[in-house]
Amino acid sequence: MSLAEVPQTPDDDDIPLYEARKEIYPQAVHGRFRTIKWIILAITLGIYYFLPFVRWYRGPNAPDQAVLIDLANRRFYFFFIEIWPQELYYVTGLLVIAALILFLMNAVAGRVWCGYLCPQTVWTDLFYAVERMIEGDRRERLQKAQRGTWDLERISEKILKHTLWLMIAWWTGGAWVLYFADAPTLVRELVTFQAPVVAYVWIAILTFTTYSLAGWMREQVCLYMCPWPRIQAALTDEYALNVMYRYDRGEPRMSAKKAEAARKAHEPAGDCVDCFQCVNVCPTGVDIREGSQLGCIQCGLCIDACDNVMAKLGRPAGLIAYDTDDNAERRAKHEEPVYRIVRPRTIIYVALIALVGAVMLYALTNRNNVGISALHDRNPLFVRLADGAIRNAYTIRVTNKALDARPFRLEILGLNEPKFEVIGVPQTGATSTLLEAGPDQTRELRVLVTLPKALIQNEKMDVSFRLTDIVDGASATVRDHFFAPEGVYHHKQDDKHGQ
Amino acid sequence: MAAHDTNKVDAVTGISTTGHEWDGIQELNTPLPRWWLWLFYICIVWGIGYVIAYPAWPLVSSYTRGVLGYASRDQIETDMASLKVQRGEMVAKMESASLVEIEKDPKMLEVARALGKAAFGTNCGPCHGQGAQGGPSYPNLNDDQWIWGGSLDQIYQTIQYGIRNENPDSRQGPMPAFGKDGIIPKADIPAVAAYVVTLSGRKPEGKVDLAKGQKLFAENCAACHGDAGKGNPEVGAPNLTSNIWLYGGDEKTIIETITNGRGGVMPGWAGRLEPATVKALAVYVHTLGGGQ
Repeated sequence: MSLAEVPQTPDDDDIPLYEARKEIYPQAVHGRFRTIKWIILAITLGIYYFLPFVRWYRGPNAPDQAVLIDLANRRFYFFFIEIWPQELYYVTGLLVIAALILFLMNAVAGRVWCGYLCPQTVWTDLFYAVERMIEGDRRERLQKAQRGTWDLERISEKILKHTLWLMIAWWTGGAWVLYFADAPTLVRELVTFQAPVVAYVWIAILTFTTYSLAGWMREQVCLYMCPWPRIQAALTDEYALNVMYRYDRGEPRMSAKKAEAARKAHEPAGDCVDCFQCVNVCPTGVDIREGSQLGCIQCGLCIDACDNVMAKLGRPAGLIAYDTDDNAERRAKHEEPVYRIVRPRTIIYVALIALVGAVMLYALTNRNNVGISALHDRNPLFVRLADGAIRNAYTIRVTNKALDARPFRLEILGLNEPKFEVIGVPQTGATSTLLEAGPDQTRELRVLVTLPKALIQNEKMDVSFRLTDIVDGASATVRDHFFAPEGVYHHKQDDKHGQ
Repeated sequence: MAAHDTNKVDAVTGISTTGHEWDGIQELNTPLPRWWLWLFYICIVWGIGYVIAYPAWPLVSSYTRGVLGYASRDQIETDMASLKVQRGEMVAKMESASLVEIEKDPKMLEVARALGKAAFGTNCGPCHGQGAQGGPSYPNLNDDQWIWGGSLDQIYQTIQYGIRNENPDSRQGPMPAFGKDGIIPKADIPAVAAYVVTLSGRKPEGKVDLAKGQKLFAENCAACHGDAGKGNPEVGAPNLTSNIWLYGGDEKTIIETITNGRGGVMPGWAGRLEPATVKALAVYVHTLGGGQ
């Protein structure tokens, strides 16, 4: 390759390296999907802001907050469920189900999550509502921005808007920290400035993220930051419902009068009057008539806008509607549309959700509120005693997940006449002992097991420890080994060789 | 083959290209948003601020300290101080409690064992092993044979003052070098060793005069190890009838022990470690399993 063929960078002047943001001024719209979005907004934000105040009585030894992430005591409370750190797999299961539900929603109705449920969408919607209330609808905001003058009215509007935004953002951060401590107490501490510093720090962080993401970043999050549109595009198929401009009905675009004339003359005439209402209401600023695209969050607001226009023109609604790629092609070929909500993809997703849900439900209903774990001493693996007996030591952790102190019997199984001793606990039986574990606590015990030389059959013998609640009989067993040095039991084999 | 022609518009997408073309494939111009660029500038400003605020640049013999005066060493000192305050209550309780009381109270026992385990790993582990499993010349503290006694108080005494060191309170009394110092004729030592082997129920190698060995044992060794060889923790004489040997129980090693004597040492820990830590160590060692 000669030097002349080496690629050269073109003049930088010709190419903008960074794209200036296209300002969008979404217009207010009324209609079916807008109403659904308001209802979902009210429900989801209502849950988020008020859930920490819901009480759930669990007994004197546990907090009475329905949903609480107790980091200090390492517990997660969710109504009747209490999760210990070692049970975090429930959370994993919930995440798996959440992902599968997202996939199912996508298979049925595309990015319905993005359009209705995503926190970014919900908070942005709320912030737009505040903006519209103070600065006016699209036309006024656009005019004010184009005029560019800063009179007292505009300045006061901006101050009021940002103040309200910051208040919502602050409340969002405030609600967040309430999930991590007793809500009424923390609220009292917050207003009297006695709450821990970390609470204020987290409120500040969440205030900043809410204010910047919902107030400033808005559609930029969907267009540039969020991974889901990229993944979603790879997961979707031609039978998923998407917000779709029915180009077979809409094209060729022309004014209402021309279309009427064309129809009388039996010439092709589309229903789209190029009024740009669908573009004006769009919260991400896309033109749905260009087809499904990354910027479209499928919130359906353009459907409401278009239906309103069609109603005024006396044309049937649904020029823009939830439809499938498959039907778009069928309509173009003048075939009847087909909706296939039930298809292998959705059946598989539903089956997987049911399966994971069933496994979790089974695990939840059958989980033991008694736990035991054993850790064999690694070093030394065994101890030779003065009389030749071999002793193994174990660290045994006894877990009581109930909210009251419980009496347990700890017993050793699997060995023939072992000497069994629990340090610091008075012995109550030859191979078992009674002990108590406090409410919602793990107790660590050092357990010594000794076998006389004559009873050792093997280098590695099976042993297990069983913990039983002596009142309700709930029990848990853990298996381990009893190790002995090679020489201890070899004499038996030597005897055999001698015969 | 690369060519470039700016201001071209891609026919399929209608998006302008960067002018880069590689084997007929053109690069569409999809620039990043401008706020992305701002983030880059913000990072630079942040970086400058960080360098001013925090320790950053290495100098010849020092480094720039930063205007905030932050140092990770200060941080650890603050953390250690708060840890001390946090432990204070339990440590104070342990200091005033007796060893037996500590062992009887489940909460104190748990804290003492945790504290003892950590202190043991740092201070005792180098000789006795991390699991207190011992080794040649260093006793295993898990077993039930104690040279200087295995009761809580005896263990506490040993840890506090040590063994055969300058402290007059330490455990004293080495085993004499019977062979080297000519107390027992060198020729007779194998007989004594053979007799010692029989004490733990084993058969000595070779043919030796066991009766002579027994006589010499009674004359020289029994004063400390006892007539039956059961040992005496008062003077640190180990039990010779058991399966546990500090320096080795084979005849050759026993001959070496009798010839040259033994006198293992251990430092005292009172004054070096905090009183509560020494107590915790005693409880920890006692609860390893062999405590009497």
